[in-house]
Amino acid sequence: MMREKILYSFTAIFDSPDQVSHATEKVVEQGYTKFDVHSPYPLHGMDKAMKLPPSKLGYVALVFGLSGTLGALLSLWWVSAIDYPILIGGKPLFSFPAYVPVMFEVTVLSASIATVLAMLFFFFKLPNNAHPLHGSDYMKKVSADKYGISIQADDPKFDEASVRKLFESVHAKEINSIYWDNEELTHKHKIFEPKFLTFLLIVAIISSGTTYFTLNKLMFMLPFNWMMEQPKQSAQQESLFFSDGFGMRLPVAGTIARGYLPYQFKGQPDVAGEKLVNPIPISIESLKLGQTKFDIYCSPCHGYHAEGDSRLRGQFPNPPSLHSEKIRKWSDGRIFAVLTDGQNIMPSYTTQLSVDERWSVINYLRALQRAFNAKESDLQ
Amino acid sequence: MSSSSVEYYRKELPSKVQTIGLVLLLVGLVIIILGYIVNPARSAQNNIIGFTFVVSIAVGSLFFVAIEYLSGAVWSTPFRRVGEFLSSLIVILPFLAIPLLLNINSVFHWTHPKPADKILIGKAPYLNVQFFIFRVIVFWLIWLVFYYFITKNSRKQDQTKDQFLTTANVKLSAIFMPLFALTITFTAIDWLMSLAPHWFSTIFGVYYFSGTVLAALAAGTIFIVLLNERGYFVEEIHTDSYYSLGALLFAFTNFWAYIAFSQFLLIWYANLPEETLWFLDRWNGNWKFFSIGLLLVHFLIPYIGLLSQPSKSNPKRLVVMASVLLFAHYYDLYWLVMPNFYKDGIVFGWIELGFPILIAGLVISVFVYKSKKVNLVPIGDPKLKRGIDFRL
Repeated sequence: MMREKILYSFTAIFDSPDQVSHATEKVVEQGYTKFDVHSPYPLHGMDKAMKLPPSKLGYVALVFGLSGTLGALLSLWWVSAIDYPILIGGKPLFSFPAYVPVMFEVTVLSASIATVLAMLFFFFKLPNNAHPLHGSDYMKKVSADKYGISIQADDPKFDEASVRKLFESVHAKEINSIYWDNEELTHKHKIFEPKFLTFLLIVAIISSGTTYFTLNKLMFMLPFNWMMEQPKQSAQQESLFFSDGFGMRLPVAGTIARGYLPYQFKGQPDVAGEKLVNPIPISIESLKLGQTKFDIYCSPCHGYHAEGDSRLRGQFPNPPSLHSEKIRKWSDGRIFAVLTDGQNIMPSYTTQLSVDERWSVINYLRALQRAFNAKESDLQ
Repeated sequence: MSSSSVEYYRKELPSKVQTIGLVLLLVGLVIIILGYIVNPARSAQNNIIGFTFVVSIAVGSLFFVAIEYLSGAVWSTPFRRVGEFLSSLIVILPFLAIPLLLNINSVFHWTHPKPADKILIGKAPYLNVQFFIFRVIVFWLIWLVFYYFITKNSRKQDQTKDQFLTTANVKLSAIFMPLFALTITFTAIDWLMSLAPHWFSTIFGVYYFSGTVLAALAAGTIFIVLLNERGYFVEEIHTDSYYSLGALLFAFTNFWAYIAFSQFLLIWYANLPEETLWFLDRWNGNWKFFSIGLLLVHFLIPYIGLLSQPSKSNPKRLVVMASVLLFAHYYDLYWLVMPNFYKDGIVFGWIELGFPILIAGLVISVFVYKSKKVNLVPIGDPKLKRGIDFRL
């Protein structure tokens, strides 16, 4: 089936760069706008002869570069000062100098990637694999040793006769017409073609296979496993260094863990009562902490107000009231000895309550005792 | 291509320029002499700024001449004489150093360390007056020797048109380059870093170098553009050469910012008292605004001013930005020197004006003097024709 060929452009071939520059100036003079000049290498001054406007690519770099700067700054500020604030090296949460290198890198990265992508896909209009000039004799010549001008047929001033006349007036060596390839114009890409599907399958198998191999096999081979095979002592491992052969070492004698001062009055509650002094001053924080801990650990047996009213309904013997004369006269240290050592069937509370929490519970207990034995003066 | 095809007619600079130069020179000299009578210590402190500024322009210009020979650059060949003229300031460097060396005790407190100051006693083998003066003289002689031979060969080429003189200068430049790196680093350490002798920064030499290159390039750019616009060079020098100058100015503006920020970032991050103290001196009181101003004049203004492509080849923009950068280098040196002495705040008075005026007069006078004796274009250089035809 023959279809009418659609004209794409008229082309002219020249022998020297001077001729093509001169011809280009003529083409511009005549008012053509949709034309292009082709040469085997960049010609100096051609952009001026073609009256090309300055490239807009710089603005792409500027806009994406600046948004990279701003994006980096905002995300660093959000991450390190708002969403997950961690103090690093005693610096303020928002420490601008530390962000500058990151902002710089992100600026360069986003500007360069955006420039390359914009250049390829926006300015060069890729992927464009069906350009009528492709494979033409004209293109073969101008990419070897000739210089050419191509005026497109969709130019508003295009007219076959006048273009031909113009080219002749500037002594073009050859004048040709380039047509759209009908097959390319009507070609429809078949997505479900077996060849394409096989190709996709092969790509999927190769990429998943290499990924599996890299992550599950390759990383365990020499020399990639050097991170795993380290000459260090693991727990429970035999030591070749120490003469007793133990890999795990005891701490230095007399070492005290942080926050765990040893209790010196075990089994001597009266001595503790004399010598221990409450180090926690009475404050609203201490009382609130004491109340919380008392309600959790003490109140099931002693009751919320320490009256010995257990909530355990006889499953555990009730303790006596803590408002008795005897306990009110006990020193804070004596009560601390009970909390620490336990007394009668009351167990030790050292694992549940830290030292400071025990003293706070005692502070709260004193407040309860005072409330039950209020004096006249307390009302004023 | 033979260089005989280049047509060059020598034009005398207007006598007005010479008068301006001499007047500035005299005014500056009078202010400096009065300053030394009224307040010798403060004048000596300004003298350090003035001396290092002239070193920047003079030795930096020689660096550009040498780097043109080494890299075989052609675009800058038509203007190379500007660099050669400016580097002749090396000859008069001793006149700027002598008044300072007479007042050495009032600026460098390592010259008389306290007996209890173990750090300064430990640094004494390097920081003592005899060795300091020895270094100043040796460095000056190195610069002078290379200035003398490189420019002599270049001048000789105007008559003989001998290509081997270019080869000889390439060899000289290759020897000069590592010596330049060492002398400029130790000049920075001796004259600027030793003002705070307890403090140290390993990047300091590079910091001064970045300012040096920028100042020499800026001074050269001002002369090149102003003279070329008035037709003192060969006819038809293309704007692509301007673009190269603008691009270099832009690149070294970024280089300075990069080095300055690297120095600041490491000290800020490590937060060691003996290092941060130097920056605290520059952040206390109204020095804070001075430091922010440094960021503006030395980086932000020239960066934005030279960012776009057309601005790098626009002669007016180039002259303005080069002037800003030249001012910025003086500002930078002031920032390096003065906070060491005046912890309470910025000092500025008529004494501070003496050296800038003198240097402006000096640069103009030296340039006029050289341009009367030597061609403004190296007409014998084999690269000249290609330099004039240079296109990006």
